[in-house]
Order: sequence, then C-alpha cells, then structure tokens
Amino acid sequence: MITKRIIPCLDVRDGRVVKGVNFQGLRDVSSPVALAEYYSACGADELVFYDITASSDGRKIFTDILTETAKKVFIPLTVGGGINTVEDFDRVLKCGADKVSVNSGAIRNPSLIYEAAKRYGNQCVVLSADVKRVDGRFHVFAKGGREDTGMEAIGWIRRCVENGAGEVVVNSIDTDGVKTGFDLEMLHAVCEAVAVPVIASGGAGKIQDFIRLFRSIPGVDAGLAASIFHFGEVQIADLKREMLKSNIPTRMNGDMS
Amino acid sequence: MVAIIDYGVGNLFSLKSSFEAIGADVTVTADRETIARADRIILPGVGAFEDAAKKLRSSGLADFICEQAELGKPLMGICLGMQLLFDKSYEYGVHEGLGLIHGTIRPIADVVPAGYKIPHIGWNALHFTRPDRLFADLREGDCVYFVHSYYATDCPAAVTATTEYGAPLTAAVASGNLLGCQFHPEKSGNVGLKILKAFCKMKGERHADLSRH
Repeated sequence: MITKRIIPCLDVRDGRVVKGVNFQGLRDVSSPVALAEYYSACGADELVFYDITASSDGRKIFTDILTETAKKVFIPLTVGGGINTVEDFDRVLKCGADKVSVNSGAIRNPSLIYEAAKRYGNQCVVLSADVKRVDGRFHVFAKGGREDTGMEAIGWIRRCVENGAGEVVVNSIDTDGVKTGFDLEMLHAVCEAVAVPVIASGGAGKIQDFIRLFRSIPGVDAGLAASIFHFGEVQIADLKREMLKSNIPTRMNGDMS
Repeated sequence: MVAIIDYGVGNLFSLKSSFEAIGADVTVTADRETIARADRIILPGVGAFEDAAKKLRSSGLADFICEQAELGKPLMGICLGMQLLFDKSYEYGVHEGLGLIHGTIRPIADVVPAGYKIPHIGWNALHFTRPDRLFADLREGDCVYFVHSYYATDCPAAVTATTEYGAPLTAAVASGNLLGCQFHPEKSGNVGLKILKAFCKMKGERHADLSRH
C-alpha cells in the first residue's frame, strides 16, 4: 500500500535555512545539508528545498548546497524558488534535484509547466500554489504570498495539472504559521478537482494535525511543514509511530525509527 | 568497477552519488572500452520508452549491452532501464526493447482500479515472491520509492518482488545475471543503498536464456 509522505521544507537564503511565520520575520535555523541528513535519518520521506535568495551570487551558493546534499541524502529532493524558465529546471536538476516546484514562475509564464513537463516528464513538475481566502473565494497569491493575483485558485490548479503538473503543493496562507491544523476545507476542494498527488502545507502545529489531515481527506498524499520540524516541536519518528498506531500507512524504515 | 550507461536520458548525478556513498568504484560512461572493463553494469533511464530505446540503438550501445550481458556480467536496469530489458512495451504504440528478459511492459492503468492516482508516485512496500541476492539484507515490507505509469507483466518466472497499488505490480525482476528494479534504489534511503551494496557483491554468471546472441 502506498504510504503517506512526511516532507520537511527547508527555506534557504544565502546558504542557511530560514523560516518565517506568515512569511515574515525570518529566523536562522541551521545548515541545510546537516538538516537534510538529519531529516533523512529520522525517516523524512522527501525534502523540499526552497530558494528564497534574490541575488545571482546566492543562486550559486544554493546550487552548491543542493549538490552537496544530493551526494549525501538518498531520498527524493524537490527544489523550488526562483524557477521561471525551463533553463532554471535544468540548472537544479543537474545539481541533484528530482522534482522542481514552480509558483510565481507559472503565474507569470503560463506555458512554463507545459514546456517543462514535455522536456522532463510530468513527474518532475510540481505546482506550488499559495492560496488565501478573499471575499469567500480561494485566490492564488504570487511573490511568496504577498500579491493577490485575483485568480480563482481551484480552476488555476486544475489548469496547471492539465498542462502537466504531476503533483500539487497546496499552501494555505490562511493557516500558515498559525499552528492550529491544516486547511482541510481548502485541501478537500483541491483533492476533488485534480487526480495527481496533493501535498498539504501550512498550519501543522502538532502530531494530531497530521493524523486529522490524513484521516479527514484520504486524497491527500503528503504533509509538508517547516518550523515545527526545525524547532523539534514535532519529531518525525514520533509522528510516524503515531500514524502507524492510527492505521495510516507510513514508511517506518528511517535509521532512527 | 560499476559502469552506469550514459545514453542521454535522465540525470545520473544521484545514481552515481549513491554508489559513491557505499564506497563503490563507479563511472558514468558511454565508452565501450570502459563498459567492457567494468565488472557490473547499470542501465538507468527516465522518460519515454520509445525515445530511450531509440537513443540506446542509435548510439550502438543496445547490441553492445546485450553482448556484455551474455558474458555473464551482473546488469541491473533501473526504472525505465529495467523496462528496456524486456521484449516490448505498449507505451504509446508498441516498441521493441532489448529482449533480454521475456515479458512486456504495459500501462498500470490496465490493472489499477479507478481512483488510484497515476503515475504511481511515492514510497511503497516490497513483497518478495522468491528469494533474491539483491534483497538479502531487506525485510518483507521495506519501502522503496516508485515513480512510474507502466509496469512489467507476462514475466512470472522473472518476478522477485511486487508492490501493492490496488493490484500487485512488478517491483523487481531477476533472470540469471540480469536484474531490474522498477523503483529507484538511489532514492530509497538506506533500503536502496542495501540493494546497491548487494548488487556490488554479486558474482557474474552466464545466463541460460541468452541463446539469441
């Protein structure tokens, strides 16, 4: 039986892992390579590296870190942040990424997903959507959640999947950093709309939030979080033991689990 | 030395790194002399069957790999590389593979019930159908990482492990010195590294079925 994935997300700026609350107030956490090795040993099923560097110098530091990580960590690596062209896909795939996540790049250039999927296959292209309720509708936000595009989110996600996105990360801006649980209403709407794996992001504060997520919405394939893992509020090994107890299929062969 | 065949499909960085991580002498190459010197061969592959089969043939490596296999060298295909070892694939038409293992590649949609997502992406458990050297250090139910929409079938004698996705899907095959994993050992954490280690320990043997060469 296919297992539900637990995915720590590492926001990387200038070679360091950072994580904000509601996308603001970044705090330095740790070395990305060390953290990636640690999570892999703890039983993380996949890692997301999100490049929030603005400068081209920073880009080079980021790809160096990616290369170093891919030499030491043998679980799937997804890379996002600053992916605007097919050449950007090429740049990170060469450094050891398995999947590439697009967000603002796909909003600016609607053919990006199609072009990338044609060249690298749908399984390589992940749509990351920042979604927030505006006047009772789900809107897609751009630029790290700062800019309302005005686009209705569910239709947008469906179109991206039709164009070749092989997975969707749904990041609820409404619940991000709030730590009271995933946005079940939003995730349910997305799972009803698409037939590719859906990754829930934003809102996890404790183990039970993941249990509730997987129990309430069987269509969700993975739970993604950052700071609760970085600050040790949730240990992945504990989380997976609890999932097993709750009959949620999970991979138990991390070195430490 | 392990030779990873480079025929222009997919990214071989992680695969090479995973062999380096277990201390193996490994090289990524399309050079026949280097492949001939290697004592074991990896046939990787991601993407579409037809395109990969064409690239393998146009580079002249297809026949050469078959010759190397006939010498009894351990040869392992990974993901699409495994599928290429078979007679033919029904991925967008009908395309001939290397014919080293008898069987066909068909869409998982043929057997997976409605409601299951395709591709089959993620960590799924291995169920061993018979003992195999590759899995000597594994336990029943160990999880490995899959990404595929097609699977090997009509090959009952070769199947060594299956995985359950609404239906049992071929996860691994073996036929003498020929081996194949539908999943990605290089992305399957410690379990995957154990499989690669076992592959590096395998001794060569002649393959009884390779009579066509």
